[in-house]
Amino acid sequence: MTVPAPALAAFSDQELARIRADFPILSRTVRDGKPLVYLDSGATSQKPYAVLDAERGWYTELNAAPHRGAHALSEEGTEAYEGARATIAGFIGARADEIVFTKNATEAINAVAYAFSNSAAGGGGGAGERFRIGPGDEIVVTQMEHHANLIPWQELSARTGASLKWLEVTDDGRLDLSRVREVITERTKVVAFVHASNVLGTINPVDAIVARARKVGALVVLDACQSVPHLPIDVADLGVDLLAFSGHKMLGPMGIGVLWGRREVLDAMPVFLTGGSMIETVTMERATYAPAPQKFEAGVPNAAQAIGLAAACNYLTNLGMDRVSAHEHALTGILLDGLRERPWTRLIGPDSLENRGGAVSFVVNGVHAHDVGQILDEHGVAVRVGHHCAWPLHRRFKAAATTRASLAPYNTPEEMTAFFAALDTVPGIFGIEV
Amino acid sequence: MDLYQELIIEHAKRPHRAGLRAPFDAEVHHVNPTCGDEVTLRVARDGDVLSDISYDSLGCSISVASGSMLADLLTGENLDTARTTFAAVRSMLTSKGADPGDEEVIGDAIALAGVAKYPARVKCALLSWMALADALAKTGVNLSEESHV
Ligand SMILES: Cc1ncc(COP(=O)(O)O)c(C=O)c1O
Repeated sequence: MTVPAPALAAFSDQELARIRADFPILSRTVRDGKPLVYLDSGATSQKPYAVLDAERGWYTELNAAPHRGAHALSEEGTEAYEGARATIAGFIGARADEIVFTKNATEAINAVAYAFSNSAAGGGGGAGERFRIGPGDEIVVTQMEHHANLIPWQELSARTGASLKWLEVTDDGRLDLSRVREVITERTKVVAFVHASNVLGTINPVDAIVARARKVGALVVLDACQSVPHLPIDVADLGVDLLAFSGHKMLGPMGIGVLWGRREVLDAMPVFLTGGSMIETVTMERATYAPAPQKFEAGVPNAAQAIGLAAACNYLTNLGMDRVSAHEHALTGILLDGLRERPWTRLIGPDSLENRGGAVSFVVNGVHAHDVGQILDEHGVAVRVGHHCAWPLHRRFKAAATTRASLAPYNTPEEMTAFFAALDTVPGIFGIEV
Repeated sequence: MDLYQELIIEHAKRPHRAGLRAPFDAEVHHVNPTCGDEVTLRVARDGDVLSDISYDSLGCSISVASGSMLADLLTGENLDTARTTFAAVRSMLTSKGADPGDEEVIGDAIALAGVAKYPARVKCALLSWMALADALAKTGVNLSEESHV
């Protein structure tokens, strides 16, 4: 899939003022009264009142265990919880019964990786055949994965004897598809990759990888943590089998994430966590399980957070995901232009707006990212420093650590100016020639 | 800002006694997993004396400068001095600003006093010191033992 340069306008000053007024934290100050310039939404986004109110509303009006009990509160609570599922499904063009609530994307990906090993252990029954994996089989990831979409697969490989392979990354931060036929082969059971890189900003060509995976019959798992919050997403268009994202990166609460799966894939997929609420019948010896998505939701769920996430989806829908994407695109352009004007920095990732999201990572030559982040912080500018949970990718670019600015709908052009003003103080402090 | 004292920048740019040298009695490799800072540190002992401390570090200015200061302060010193210095530096760094540090005891490392107010950076400043403690433990010496004053 290619993402065309959006024709829509960024948010106007008036629109931005209205949006920012919805996020109470954005008006606080840090480090002796400096206005907060929050450029770390890739790690976690801030939350609007609508989300906070929805969570609070659950506890003040509805709190009861969903799907457990026949009293009024439980009924209304169940309805609200299932309503949240439907709203979130609508946000990504899915059916409600294809949405599995997890605590975050990490848990969603682990649920899939464990489904494979549970199936290998015979726990999947006949339907779980697609999830059967063992020695001789292959798992494919990429060199640009977040640890959340790498380590679960390393562990699956260790548990089952399947081998782990990966697609590499080019110097300009794109996936190297020249060897895709050698990497994704008849032995490949699963291909797991990131939609939008949390470090490089790269938006990967889902179409090309799905096409190759289809040819060899592998399941496709997409880490959509950094795409669902920033781009209009329609799971039917993407064509993948399973997709994971976290609520807290898309204006929603912490503690709620989603595993989406095509209906027949979820039906076939073995369970990971087991216990209450996911069963159909139970005897002392064995149990049968409820249909998906319930079979994947053992235990009393994070209902308030699910409702908060639905409120976040509604908030984003009201902004318009195409406008959100256009706005962040414009700000990304400002960041890329600004770094290009500063030859003492080195961008890690594509220096082009084509198929690119709003995570902009860079190195200040001769200064460690920790020091850069500290100076920015002193000016009230919050960025992420380190390897951003993508250590192998940083090794690939021979960078021990990078500084990352990442965007959300509430960021403004003025904040980009403030960011560069703070960045420009770095060379002087560390005696770097500019 | 008071964090980046001139001394820190100087040590970070030209770390003293840097590089790995032989002979040595123990070598350790420590990393700060949140940011990827790394140090490989070797210690050579001549009885009670730390005859050489050599290291290779990759990290932020705070972690590199701290390692350089450590090597300056403790090379050629005896274990008692190492214990006193280690305790004083650690106390200052972990005090959240309550312990301003004593220049008489910790020398250039006094420049690290400002780090105590930035919890995320304390680990950077302590990286080499913890590596030294670990390396000495491998030679059978406990660095955090109370020294008899
Ligand atoms: C690309 C990507 N994948 C996965 C994750 C993991 O998300 P979480 O920590 O919310 O499970 C993140 C965020 O940290 C991410 O950016």
